[in-house]
Amino acid sequence: MEKTERIKYLIIGNSAGGIGAIEAIREVDTSGTITIVSDEPYPVYSRPLISDLLAGKRTIDKLNYRPFDFYEQNRISTIFGNRVTKLDLTNNTVFLDSGQKIGWDKLLLATGGTPIVPPIEGREAGGVFTFTTLADARAIDDYIRQKPDANAVVIGGGLIGVSVTESLLNRQVKVTIIEMKDRILNVILDEKTSSMEDKAVRDSGAEIITGHTVSKINGNTHGEVYGVTLDNGSVIPCGMVIIAIGVRPRLELVSGTDIRVNRGIVVDKHMETSIPGIYACGDVAEAYDFVYRENRLTPVWPNAYLGGRTAGLNMAGKETDYPGGTNINSMKYFGVYIVSAGMIVAPDTTYDEIITNHEDIYKKLILKDGLITGMVFSGDVDRAGIIYNLMRDRINVESFKQSLVTDDVGLLSLPEKVWRNRLATAPVVNGIENSIN
Amino acid sequence: MRKIYIKEEVCIGCGLCEVYCQLQHASVHDLIKAFKKRGPRPLARARVEAKGNLSFSVRCRNCDEPQCVYACLTGAITRDTESGMITVDEEKCIGCCTCMLVCPLGAIKQDKEHKKMIKCDFCQGEETPACVANCPNEALFCVEYEGAEKKVTAEIPSPV
Repeated sequence: MEKTERIKYLIIGNSAGGIGAIEAIREVDTSGTITIVSDEPYPVYSRPLISDLLAGKRTIDKLNYRPFDFYEQNRISTIFGNRVTKLDLTNNTVFLDSGQKIGWDKLLLATGGTPIVPPIEGREAGGVFTFTTLADARAIDDYIRQKPDANAVVIGGGLIGVSVTESLLNRQVKVTIIEMKDRILNVILDEKTSSMEDKAVRDSGAEIITGHTVSKINGNTHGEVYGVTLDNGSVIPCGMVIIAIGVRPRLELVSGTDIRVNRGIVVDKHMETSIPGIYACGDVAEAYDFVYRENRLTPVWPNAYLGGRTAGLNMAGKETDYPGGTNINSMKYFGVYIVSAGMIVAPDTTYDEIITNHEDIYKKLILKDGLITGMVFSGDVDRAGIIYNLMRDRINVESFKQSLVTDDVGLLSLPEKVWRNRLATAPVVNGIENSIN
Repeated sequence: MRKIYIKEEVCIGCGLCEVYCQLQHASVHDLIKAFKKRGPRPLARARVEAKGNLSFSVRCRNCDEPQCVYACLTGAITRDTESGMITVDEEKCIGCCTCMLVCPLGAIKQDKEHKKMIKCDFCQGEETPACVANCPNEALFCVEYEGAEKKVTAEIPSPV
């Protein structure tokens, strides 16, 4: 039998999580072999920047998340443009579509998410796209160049949908957003801030249709899209459709294996899966959410990096707990600045909401038993991190909560013990709650 | 690396650290020109907080576990391996404020005119930054800080 190459650290996925892991491993182990595999054929790029690429604001050579010599500097062997087809957990081996086999001592699954494409009739038509990868952005860009007069229907008014809308408007493409719920960005914004974005999107020239879904994508005899039909029977002519409903964990590698999966790959506080030596992070993983105090999917870039970093440290033998992540978003679509984290609306009457709202400034906190469980700030997002960290460190804010939504919130809004701690150092991976509470 | 520390018991909250930080980061190093004559006022990367007789000056502390670096969407925020400083690459920064959302000190802010995030840059390699040099009561001072990058699960040092 041919000998299988064995790598100390094998990483599948070359985005925030994989890079976080590499950087952490190299802090601990400067010489252990690391191989990173990705089906995307290029070095790591900042996925959020694909909207700037499509908008024409940034060229492709300016998307790099790390310097181009990153892999060389960190002595990483790269396998880009190849897909892992199978995991063999008995022999700690992966199989690639190239036929190559690689063995591992420690494995990280950072395979990310995959766009949700519901089984809408006509979805195979030409001119129908998703928008989560550089390849997607380039495909849409090519299409616009060929058909500059095509207008677009964007299915889904979430982050991806609004993001692609902004890019398309920048390219003078007319856009109609179809949102199933009653408001756009309903997962990450409350009614107030969602209506601000709604206004900004419409003022920029896009149309928004809420409360409806697309039941059919209409293609002509050449297989090219010419419109969509909504659930109420109305027809919207268009030359392109972007399906932006969301992403789900990319689980095909682990399905049918013994690796425990719930909605994503379940990991413990070390980001280790149910199989020792195999770790997961990022959009594919279901990791600890400090707001809900349970494992949840939180498919945002910062959590992917931090989860990858935690996995990497543990893989290299430095025992480290994941501090937890929650759904955090910072957006500036159409010039409206909004940050949100954790819960965006109080789930029931056992939660309190405190709100300030004057002129363009809107600040809302959601609390339960004196702990912050959510925040939505707009207009003035300066120093929002002071509040986010109170939430993360589970500091009881009952006695000073009102000061947290004032215009001049600062460290001095906090009790002395807390501000002294903040000034002396910043939160560490193990958290600081014990020393403060 | 060198870090800036504050003795809040002798800080009088005068705000000169902010003023000289602004001047240092202005296109012209003349107070009248920088503050009155050349377009918008430069932004300070330090902030004075005051409440009654208590006051102190806040800026980036170049955390051992820099949440801003971990959260940055574009890779614009990194730690300079030589100086240990957390830096913002203006070309890569898109001003999205994700770093601001995770900074426990509120020490990063947005330059709204240029749509970039800004923070203390230790006056670009000066031996003594402008805020420290111009603090009238020596409430601000620099200390050599060892091993910033080595620690992963840092102990909480005793407060300043």
